Amino acid sequence: MKHVYTWGAITAIVLASVAGDILLARAMKQIGDVGALWRKSGLFAVVGNMLRHPLFLLGIVALACAFFSLLFGLSWGDVSLVAPASASLTFVGNAVAAKFFLHERVDRRRWTAALLVAAGVALLAM
Amino acid sequence: MTFRKYLVLVGVMFFGSVGDALLSRGMKDVGSISLNNLATVILSVINPWVALGILFLLVFFAAYTTALSWADLTFVLPATSIGYVVLTLIAKFYLHEQVSVMRWLGIVLISAGVGFVTRGPALTPAPENKIDVPETVSQAVQQ
Repeated sequence: MKHVYTWGAITAIVLASVAGDILLARAMKQIGDVGALWRKSGLFAVVGNMLRHPLFLLGIVALACAFFSLLFGLSWGDVSLVAPASASLTFVGNAVAAKFFLHERVDRRRWTAALLVAAGVALLAM
Repeated sequence: MTFRKYLVLVGVMFFGSVGDALLSRGMKDVGSISLNNLATVILSVINPWVALGILFLLVFFAAYTTALSWADLTFVLPATSIGYVVLTLIAKFYLHEQVSVMRWLGIVLISAGVGFVTRGPALTPAPENKIDVPETVSQAVQQ
């Protein structure tokens, strides 16, 4: 039963992480280069712009869900399974989601990189 | 890519991986969390390792959102995954842990992935915002 709980937590981590990453990436692209904005308007303007952006706030909620799922996962299963499995599946999930939701140009180079990193992270668990 | 931007990526890599390591160290102290006792999750932040891990992850988050403001998600994630490699090397040479052949192979694959993605462009060029308006329509608008 613990096995089912562990993989349930891994699934929850992956789904929430991908949603959070996509929402944050979309929000940050709309806010613009943080370094340039900081130099122009100061730190408070940067933080204010981020905290007022609905997608940013939604992304935080999704990442908080991923964080608590990770805490559950770590308490149920081995860190050597939970952390690499969720990280490598998140890499692949993000590549697919970024292509469809962010319209990023995920060319052969980026697919290869995402798959190599995902496979490498999975091997680290062995 | 400027030096400052590379520094931000190093920050994402460093604070993310060390923060995760601190969290997992702390959760070993906290022990198994039961679904019937959710308060344990909230109380786990009192553990100093978990608290320090959260602090590191906050710095990671600042660096991560900064990187996402000027680079694609599919660039930032593989580019910063070199943190796994650094952690394994620390485990091998400082903590004297046994690193298996499979783990070395994992390191090779991650390094290859990082090498692949960082040689490409960091950002997908924005599409042209020019909308082709038929001449008759634009004339009508002008009138």
